[in-house]
Amino acid sequence: MARRPAMTTLGGVVIRTPFWVLTGAIAVIFLYPLVWTTISSVAPRAGTSQVDGWGFGNYLALADYQAGIWVYLLNSVIVSLATVAMTLVLSLLSGYAFARFRFPGKNGLFLLVLGILMVPYATLLIPLYVLLNQVGLSNSLFGVALVLTVFQLPFSIFMMRISFESIPKEMDEAAKVDGCSSFSALWRVLVPAVKPGLITVGLFAFLAAWNDFFAPLILINDSNRMTLPLAVSNLRGQVQGVVDYGATEAGVVVLAVPCILLFLILQRHYVRGFMSGAFKG
Amino acid sequence: MSADALIQRPPQGRRRRRWGESAQGWLYAAPTALFIVFLFVLPLLTVLRMSASDWPLLAGDQGWNLPDNFVKAVDNRFFADSVVFTLKYTVLATVLLIVLGLGLALLVQESTRWKGFLRTAFLIPSALGLASASLLFYVLYSPIAGPFAEQMNALGISFLGTPDAALWSTLFLIVWRYAGFYMLLMLVGLQGIPDDVYEAARIDGASRWQIFGRITLPLLRPTLALTTILCVTGSLLAFEQFYILTKGGPDNSTITVVQLIYSVAFQGQNDLGVAGALSVIVLIALVVINFVQLRAFRTGEES
Repeated sequence: MARRPAMTTLGGVVIRTPFWVLTGAIAVIFLYPLVWTTISSVAPRAGTSQVDGWGFGNYLALADYQAGIWVYLLNSVIVSLATVAMTLVLSLLSGYAFARFRFPGKNGLFLLVLGILMVPYATLLIPLYVLLNQVGLSNSLFGVALVLTVFQLPFSIFMMRISFESIPKEMDEAAKVDGCSSFSALWRVLVPAVKPGLITVGLFAFLAAWNDFFAPLILINDSNRMTLPLAVSNLRGQVQGVVDYGATEAGVVVLAVPCILLFLILQRHYVRGFMSGAFKG
Repeated sequence: MSADALIQRPPQGRRRRRWGESAQGWLYAAPTALFIVFLFVLPLLTVLRMSASDWPLLAGDQGWNLPDNFVKAVDNRFFADSVVFTLKYTVLATVLLIVLGLGLALLVQESTRWKGFLRTAFLIPSALGLASASLLFYVLYSPIAGPFAEQMNALGISFLGTPDAALWSTLFLIVWRYAGFYMLLMLVGLQGIPDDVYEAARIDGASRWQIFGRITLPLLRPTLALTTILCVTGSLLAFEQFYILTKGGPDNSTITVVQLIYSVAFQGQNDLGVAGALSVIVLIALVVINFVQLRAFRTGEES
């Protein structure tokens, strides 16, 4: 806000007007699709479930789709929460290990974790489909969560390692001098200190799991176990090949709302998480 | 106590402490190591075996048949087309996202209230999943339900009807979904350039373009390297946007390599062996391409 005086002068306003128009237009391009979908999901349109007047007909059609939207929502919530929980535990513990301990094989393990980034999703999903079938996890939401967790590991562990390394070692050493074990030093002293990192990791894991399409597409065949993105995508071609655009719009809104809300609430945290240097150098 | 014992004791104690440290370190890393072994290393070995075996989807492993799968993979009638299309898409998407990401970052770099709003507006689409965004644009581009349906029908244009239109419409979706994310990465990089460098250039009378070309771009090299590698990798593996938006059409003109793998494995042919061979080819190509990129950015740094 320090620049205010320069902008409020008449000359400042004149110079800045093209900038405002240009950037405002770009902002409209970014926001328009979201606003349009939200409005037209409740607007009347022939051939959808909302023919006359405004209302939530499309949402009711979505709710009645096959097993019912609640089943798919619940499936998505289960997969997302399981993925977030596993990602948080794994990245917290191994981030601690990588940042604070020396052990043989440490660098090898860390490189292996980063190696996940180099391997295409499809390359791993096809063998995983076979392997999960062999251990009785075919068609399983837990199986999907396991797979999604693996793909969250490179970013999450990298992030947590950096978070731990940015905390002065004296903090946990002081706790250990006071008689804490390495675990209680982690739990009581370090976890509060790495909270911003944990929030970022958790948010990314949630968004990735909630939105993932490819893993459930391959791993889930039973239509009662489908997650929401898969269900909304399948819904398009149901009634004799005629696409129900209204219900699709409603589905997009249901999919997008939790993500956008979380993003807006936690924006400050995660933009700071990025800015704190995770991606520098 | 002899002098000997005094000298010897500290190393012994340190060794014991180091052993304890190793054990504890491994204990904390063990859950991750288990995940990596069973859900990363094992599948990777399995896909290698798969690519060298006769392996129908339902019947399972039928024994080695190297190199049949690789021959069949390369002979697939969509192989060459999908490789060419994927590369074309990757180049276009990477150029667009890097240029626009940097452009947006430069627009909103300082922190004013308006620029804060712009940043949020550009970033919001990044919160959506790629599948959700593709579904959204599927409706938006529709000649029946889209907001431009009437104008499109009147002018005889269609967003997804011709190969070129389908490619550019998908690229627009990708830019909409990812530009904010790349802007954020660029902002982080820009933040790392110290203010006094700009100050010094300005005092020396450098123009805006000179500052951008001679200071911002060179000092942003690490960020540009990271974003380019990220974008190239992501684009080469494109799947959802085409699976949902174009279904590979029109006339099979927008089939990407990953789509080909998926359809060989699960739609029709149900041949995991050939799908595995294609996966291994993609994996090798990706490793080589990333290696080349890293080398290119590194040698650029030295000169």
